[in-house]
Amino acid sequence: MVESPSVITPLAAANPLTALAAVSRDIAAARLAALGDAARLAFRGREAAIGPAGEAFGVALPREACRFNAANGRFAFWLGPDEWLLLVPDAEPAPLFAAIEAATSGLPHSLVDVSARSVGIEVAGEKAAFVLNQGNPLDLSLGAFPVGMCTRTLFHKAEIVLVRHAPDVFHLDVWRSFAPYVWELLEDARRELA
Amino acid sequence: MLIITCPWCGARPETEFRYGGEAHIARPADPSALTDQEWADFLYNRTNPKGLHAERWRHIHGCGRYFNALRDTVSDFLVTTYKAGEPRPENSRPDVEGSGR
Repeated sequence: MVESPSVITPLAAANPLTALAAVSRDIAAARLAALGDAARLAFRGREAAIGPAGEAFGVALPREACRFNAANGRFAFWLGPDEWLLLVPDAEPAPLFAAIEAATSGLPHSLVDVSARSVGIEVAGEKAAFVLNQGNPLDLSLGAFPVGMCTRTLFHKAEIVLVRHAPDVFHLDVWRSFAPYVWELLEDARRELA
Repeated sequence: MLIITCPWCGARPETEFRYGGEAHIARPADPSALTDQEWADFLYNRTNPKGLHAERWRHIHGCGRYFNALRDTVSDFLVTTYKAGEPRPENSRPDVEGSGR
């Protein structure tokens, strides 16, 4: 008889990429890394709520399409004209949530804690854009997709949020159940670079 | 693959979008005042033109917005796109007339 485990690990603590990342080869031209936990908040709001939400978060919400603002390790990604993803690595979402909710009280908005919904993947190296282009048709040249740009898009059939932090450093935010799919297709795309 | 220009995000691949049917169909203000035929026209009957067609698209794997596009149904050429709520560009506009033929 199989012993049932005495401790049940909560879902949020179990990164679906742990096993895959452990056996991943180190390929310098396109390194893959599973990013750690982060606080993620989905904010949508009308004009009146956008300013106060940014002030409470500590990073002004960008108004330019497909750009992100960052300060003190906090990131505000533009996803739509009234929609932002607020991300803080290695942070608890509850205090952030409370601060923004307090600042936007009475203003038309929606704020949802989506910390456990997705996981982060980093693709870094001189061939990072090449690897991403195996599953995404966007022009990832620096002119068309500069540092500081972010967008929701597709990688093969999975929806991702793609962010360029440096000329050869991209972050992907992918829904948890799609993460192994995206990871293995990234592995397949960079296999020829080993 | 079609390249569709989202009014917010710029040129994007077709796979990020969903088709949303014919544009500029306003829901009648007082449905109960309509005859069955008029209501059926609103619900089901579309123009289905051969040529320029104003239609809705949604950038579902992007900014999530609905917007309108003017597409030539003969050549599948997307002549122009514009934000929801804006009027349909005139067919005589220089960038519309004769494009995609």
